Amino acid sequence: MADLRTNFAGILSPNPFWLASAPPTDKAYNIKRAFEAGWGGVVWKTLGEDGPPVVNVSGPRYGAIHGPDRRVIGFNNIELITDRPLDVNLREIKQVKRDWPDRAVVVSLMVPCEEAAWKKILKPVEETGCDGIELNFGCPHGMSERGMGSAVGQVPEYIEMVVRWCKQNTRMPVIVKLTPNITDIRYPARAAKRGGADAVSLINTITSIMQVDLDRMTPAPHVDGKGTHGGFCGPAVKPIALNMVAQIARDPETRGLPISGIGGITTWRDAAEFIALGSGTVQVCTAAMTYGFRIVTEMISGLTDWMDQAGHATLADFEGRATRNFTEWEHLNLNYVAKAVIDQDLCIKCGRCFSACEDTSHQAIAATVNGERKFVVKDEECVGCNLCVLVCPVENCITLEHRTQGIDPRTGVPYAQPPLDWTKHPNNPMAKQAAE
Amino acid sequence: MEQDGTKGGEAQNRYANGLAAGRLTGVEYADNFADLHPPLSTHEAFVEAERCYFCHEPPCQKACPTGIDIAMFIRQIAAGNSLGAAETIFSANVLGGMCARVCPTETLCEEACVREAAEGKPVKIGLLQRHATDAMMGAGKQPFERAPSTGRRIAVVGAGPAGLACAHKLAELGHEVILFEAKDRLGGLNEYGIAAYKTVDGFAQKEVEFVLSIGGIKVETGRKLGTNLELSELRRDYDAVFLGIGLAGVNKLRLAGEESLKGVSDAVEFIAELRQATDLSRLPVGRKVVVIGGGMTAIDAAVQSKRLGADEVTIVYRRGEAEMKASGYERELARNDGVLIRHFAAPKTLEGEAGRVTGVVFERVAPGNGALASTGESFRLEADMVLSAIGQIFISDGFGNAQGLDIAGGRIAIDEERRTSVPGIWAGGDCVAGGQDLTVTAVEDGKQAALSMHRALAGSERVANSE
Ligand SMILES: Cc1cc2nc3c(=O)[nH]c(=O)nc-3n(C[C@H](O)[C@H](O)[C@H](O)COP(=O)(O)OP(=O)(O)OC[C@H]3O[C@@H](n4cnc5c(N)ncnc54)[C@H](O)[C@@H]3O)c2cc1C
Ligand SMILES: Cc1cc2nc3c(=O)[nH]c(=O)nc-3n(C[C@H](O)[C@H](O)[C@H](O)COP(=O)(O)O)c2cc1C
Ligand code: SF4
Ligand code: SF4
Ligand code: SF4
Repeated sequence: MADLRTNFAGILSPNPFWLASAPPTDKAYNIKRAFEAGWGGVVWKTLGEDGPPVVNVSGPRYGAIHGPDRRVIGFNNIELITDRPLDVNLREIKQVKRDWPDRAVVVSLMVPCEEAAWKKILKPVEETGCDGIELNFGCPHGMSERGMGSAVGQVPEYIEMVVRWCKQNTRMPVIVKLTPNITDIRYPARAAKRGGADAVSLINTITSIMQVDLDRMTPAPHVDGKGTHGGFCGPAVKPIALNMVAQIARDPETRGLPISGIGGITTWRDAAEFIALGSGTVQVCTAAMTYGFRIVTEMISGLTDWMDQAGHATLADFEGRATRNFTEWEHLNLNYVAKAVIDQDLCIKCGRCFSACEDTSHQAIAATVNGERKFVVKDEECVGCNLCVLVCPVENCITLEHRTQGIDPRTGVPYAQPPLDWTKHPNNPMAKQAAE
Repeated sequence: MEQDGTKGGEAQNRYANGLAAGRLTGVEYADNFADLHPPLSTHEAFVEAERCYFCHEPPCQKACPTGIDIAMFIRQIAAGNSLGAAETIFSANVLGGMCARVCPTETLCEEACVREAAEGKPVKIGLLQRHATDAMMGAGKQPFERAPSTGRRIAVVGAGPAGLACAHKLAELGHEVILFEAKDRLGGLNEYGIAAYKTVDGFAQKEVEFVLSIGGIKVETGRKLGTNLELSELRRDYDAVFLGIGLAGVNKLRLAGEESLKGVSDAVEFIAELRQATDLSRLPVGRKVVVIGGGMTAIDAAVQSKRLGADEVTIVYRRGEAEMKASGYERELARNDGVLIRHFAAPKTLEGEAGRVTGVVFERVAPGNGALASTGESFRLEADMVLSAIGQIFISDGFGNAQGLDIAGGRIAIDEERRTSVPGIWAGGDCVAGGQDLTVTAVEDGKQAALSMHRALAGSERVANSE
């Protein structure tokens, strides 16, 4: 059976499934139950400076967008860091780590951008016996207005500076949690590495307004008639997170830096995808907040079964394996030709493929054949764009078929051609220049 | 033996022989005649609406006799705009509320739905239609405004689905409508024929009010064509005439005792009585009921007599299962209620004692769909109530052929536009030849006739009596 154990920047856990720093990891009560359910590790809900705790709103702090049957597909929050006293959290962390020595217990931290403040919190945290710290440079609401969270995460120099302070003042592994609210994720990741970070984790939440209440004319949900932007997460952010993880994984400057992948992970498959793009562990928040801790059972069994079938004995066997196939557009083979094919036995004749292709793509699908309602792809028009495949309600009914034999009736050129990418394409003026 | 009412908690007459009322408890009556398909909750409606694929040239719409833009109204529901959805429905079918309740969707839109082909579970179009139409009717809104007056006056005879739909469309187009109806109440078979559990809470009358609320429709009840209303006068006095008078007669068994034996009656009449009853516990029903026929009326009469407390109900049809006009869904409904359906038997003798029916003797006919040849074999079913449901017929006494109306297959002949052979007279619904005898097709006839009249009137001075 596949071995799910992980060693992430020196932090050991029985499986790669960690709970992200958020309400699920707010207190010992939750974490004890999470560990009983099987989670491999937790990142404790972000701690702040000693002193009067932050105050959360007492109205709605969460929002969501729903798919059919009210399935949560996107989630947002305006919650701050922990609102419980520091000493209570520290005491609980210590107890939890003592009770669950085999699980990863990482503590998330966010204090003002001054060396003294960081120095001050690192010592008591280290004394809890926790396995590492995660620097929360990602929170996009509330805390950022106070010069913390994403306000730091958006300035690479600050990241580097704070990481350096931490590395100088503790022997614990330092994970830097990155904000996605920047233009190029590689810059903060490089800064973290320069500062000496042991790992990065990403993504934190994306700045968002979930809805507008059209009766009150206010962002929704509202607190006493006013709304504010929150942080967006859940299944809908997964594609954004995957890209950011992969960008860091293949960047020559950060290659090899351990990554804890976060963002919309809901099933074992999501986790496997993050791992394939270079994550050593994954973190989960929204899925746990939606379905409870029990989901980890499915994640563990699904990942194990798939690894067994795929012949991966350990996570390292496939970690980052998809990264090497992640490239720039200009390196895609422009001589590769695929065309849509409709399986007439599976087709239920809804005509969605037709509407989509006819109105918005290449008019490559016929809706009538010999006077009968029948949907057939016209090879002479199809550019293989995949739109029909995506809108067809029947799985595997439309597939894109790679063509290798004969002549493409659309272009009049034989399908079989040596690979050719944009850098060498005759239509690329730069390619000509390079050749001259 | 005829008794009524229930005493205490238990039904007094549950197993009384002969015709008896009060066979059930109050709770049982209420349960049995409650909504057959309760409305979807808002959440259920959203979930169901999300199942629709918004097909290209949707097959469901093609299968709807009134051509409702089903994909669009379902999308409107999914987007939280039930009133807009209702407007989409009503613009094609102003009786969309009743149709949502009574249409045999399993042989119309839902049979054509691509999800029926895909997984045997069509989108619940009927229930979604009800969800939307209920929303608008519940809000007391009339979505249509009348066009400026055309100054035309049109007579509509018969206030069933065909007449109501015709009148509404004409009023919308700016014509002045006079709606003549023989009975006291409007609605036709919506009020007198449709099974009680399909249209609960006085829905038929609410719908009539909804239709009339557009304005411009003057109602005259107690006006019967051929008796106190003359077609020739209508042609003289109005710009155009629409006939939507349904089927006023029924086929007879032509057996001795049919008229005289107590307990033998016509199913349509039995149902009409049931629909008008204010207290079902006072409505007598037999203990052993035999229904003769194989259509929707036979099923409805059988199921409703069972639900009134009859102990044994048997439908006897002279042909096979495949020939029954009642849909598979309807037959299943009857069988689930414990109704027994027997085939290939024709009634031969009504037996009676002391003026009451006691049984029916049937003759076996040879299976197959050719001529009904007797096998010489016969059997007897005990019965204290016999309902005949062997078809309604068109009656044109006093206004039919004499007025020059062509008749085909016993009903009024019409063309594509629902024009009769007489200029200025249109007709539709059950009274015309070649129809399907459904509420929804009657509505379509009325609507198409109105549009045709409108076109005709736009291009001429006077149509009626123009020759
Ligand atoms: C028992 C039963 C159950 C049915 N169940 C269903 C069902 O579940 N689903 C479905 O789709 N269809 C059903 N039908 C069929 C459906 O009810 C009819 O097809 C539909 O009502 C026809 O509409 P119409 O307007 O043509 O006629 P009708 O509904 O019969 O209306 C005709 C109107 O004209 C009036 N009238 C008649 N003669 C005259 C006259 N001489 N002068 C003035 N007024 C006159 C009548 O009083 C009546 O109001 C059922 C029919 C029956 C009998
Ligand atoms: C209610 C809520 C509170 C959160 N609080 C924190 C926090 O205190 N510290 C932190 O680093 N991230 C916080 N996050 C971000 C999550 O840890 C995580 O990065 C993000 O939700 C993306 O993962 P997901 O798509 O699995 O939810 C919070 C998220 C939510 C929904
Ligand atoms: S792949 Fe694109 S172009 Fe080809 S049929 Fe499908 S939608 Fe049309
Ligand atoms: S979308 Fe799929 S199921 Fe629908 S008609 Fe096209 S191929 Fe058939
Ligand atoms: S056929 Fe079915 S899925 Fe398609 S539009 Fe009609 S109701 Fe929707």
